[in-house]
Amino acid sequence: MKPIKLVENVYWVGAVDWSVRKFHGHTYTTARGTTYNAYLIVDDKVTLVDTVYGPFGNELVERISEIVSPEKIDYVIANHMETDHSGALPQIMKLCPKAKIYCTQKCKEGLYKNYYGNWDFQVVKTGDKLKLGKKTLTFIESPMLHWPDSMFSYLIEDALVLPNDAFGQHYASDKRFNDEVDVSEVMQEAVKYYANILWPFSSLVVKKIEEIQKLNIPIKIIAPSHGIIWRKDPTKIVNAYLSWAKNETKPKVVVVYETMWKSTEKMARKIVEGIVDSGVEVKLYDVNESDKTEVIGEMLDSKGYVIGSSTHDNSMLNNIAGFLEFFKGLKPKNRIGCVFGSCGWAGGAVREIEEIFKTAGIELVQTGLSVKYVPDENEIKKCYDFGKDFAEKVK
Amino acid sequence: MEKWKCTICGYIYDPAVGDTEHGINPGTKFENLPDDWVCPECGAPKDQFDRVGQPVG
Repeated sequence: MKPIKLVENVYWVGAVDWSVRKFHGHTYTTARGTTYNAYLIVDDKVTLVDTVYGPFGNELVERISEIVSPEKIDYVIANHMETDHSGALPQIMKLCPKAKIYCTQKCKEGLYKNYYGNWDFQVVKTGDKLKLGKKTLTFIESPMLHWPDSMFSYLIEDALVLPNDAFGQHYASDKRFNDEVDVSEVMQEAVKYYANILWPFSSLVVKKIEEIQKLNIPIKIIAPSHGIIWRKDPTKIVNAYLSWAKNETKPKVVVVYETMWKSTEKMARKIVEGIVDSGVEVKLYDVNESDKTEVIGEMLDSKGYVIGSSTHDNSMLNNIAGFLEFFKGLKPKNRIGCVFGSCGWAGGAVREIEEIFKTAGIELVQTGLSVKYVPDENEIKKCYDFGKDFAEKVK
Repeated sequence: MEKWKCTICGYIYDPAVGDTEHGINPGTKFENLPDDWVCPECGAPKDQFDRVGQPVG
């Protein structure tokens, strides 16, 4: 695959990872694969912006070599230290050992602690400029979007934003730009990316976007480090980020449960019927059969969460527990919830999940619904009403 | 003196210890930190901190 031109003398030289299905260990499922986007700017100074995941280093080198010999690289911009963007850095630095690496102080420390390379680091701060010849790069530190070291680079003359992971999506494709693909697919992946990676840092996302909007700089292209490049209407993804970061929701409910002998499942299905009959959008997931990355993605624009679990050893079941542990760390705001479950004797799961909701700041709007063993006709009716009541509060 | 916690990463600012690496002497109250002081762990600004012991918004 040849390098792809973004604008005059700026090229995509990254790699497409078609087959990766697990990311960050097992915390993220990449159902549509991903890409590692690196960019080459050819000017008086040859500049590489980010690299790729280590196993794709040869592809990066091949693609750069189609344009210029990698020995000619003068500057490497490291917007983010994480290994999916820096893994090929040692390979690149062997080819151009005198190149200067421009990055934040935290990135310098992190890159050293990852690779222990004796490289020429140049620490940059927000507003610093780097003249490349005809083109000029400037930098905007963006701590915790999504690591302490993160920064955005901006190529002034081309109004091109290189924000690394922000605005990215795990989406493998033979195409590079949003005007060439089914953008609804890409948006699904952008939602999942925000929900699973950036949601906890929403207050910082709002501040950073407002800070950039105040600079009043033109933005023609946003080229993230994963997935598709936003060339057509790039402000759309920025506005979507603002909405997600402000925790704006719609009347929609996500129901997630774990069940032992299908009683909690019976309850879940009836609760969902109550919600549906109230005219509120709803998604139902058995935590053990579902893609958790997708479930979290569906939770991003939902006002209401309903969680259910059977009781085992006085506690909730362990896979819903793991799911809630992850969910709680996302720090959702302005949401309401309720809890249900079946148990044999003393129960425990409902109480426990309610405690997690309280810690996570989810407002409990109705008393938890507990059923002994298998729900009878009357209890099934209660489940239906439980769903209906909750749906009314979500509207 | 009250400790303050970074809501982004969990770092705790202890006025008794200060943040000497960034020029903040021990004994400096959180309220007296410069406006451009940021969390030494994650870089979050001052307004992302909550007083320890207070309910987290």
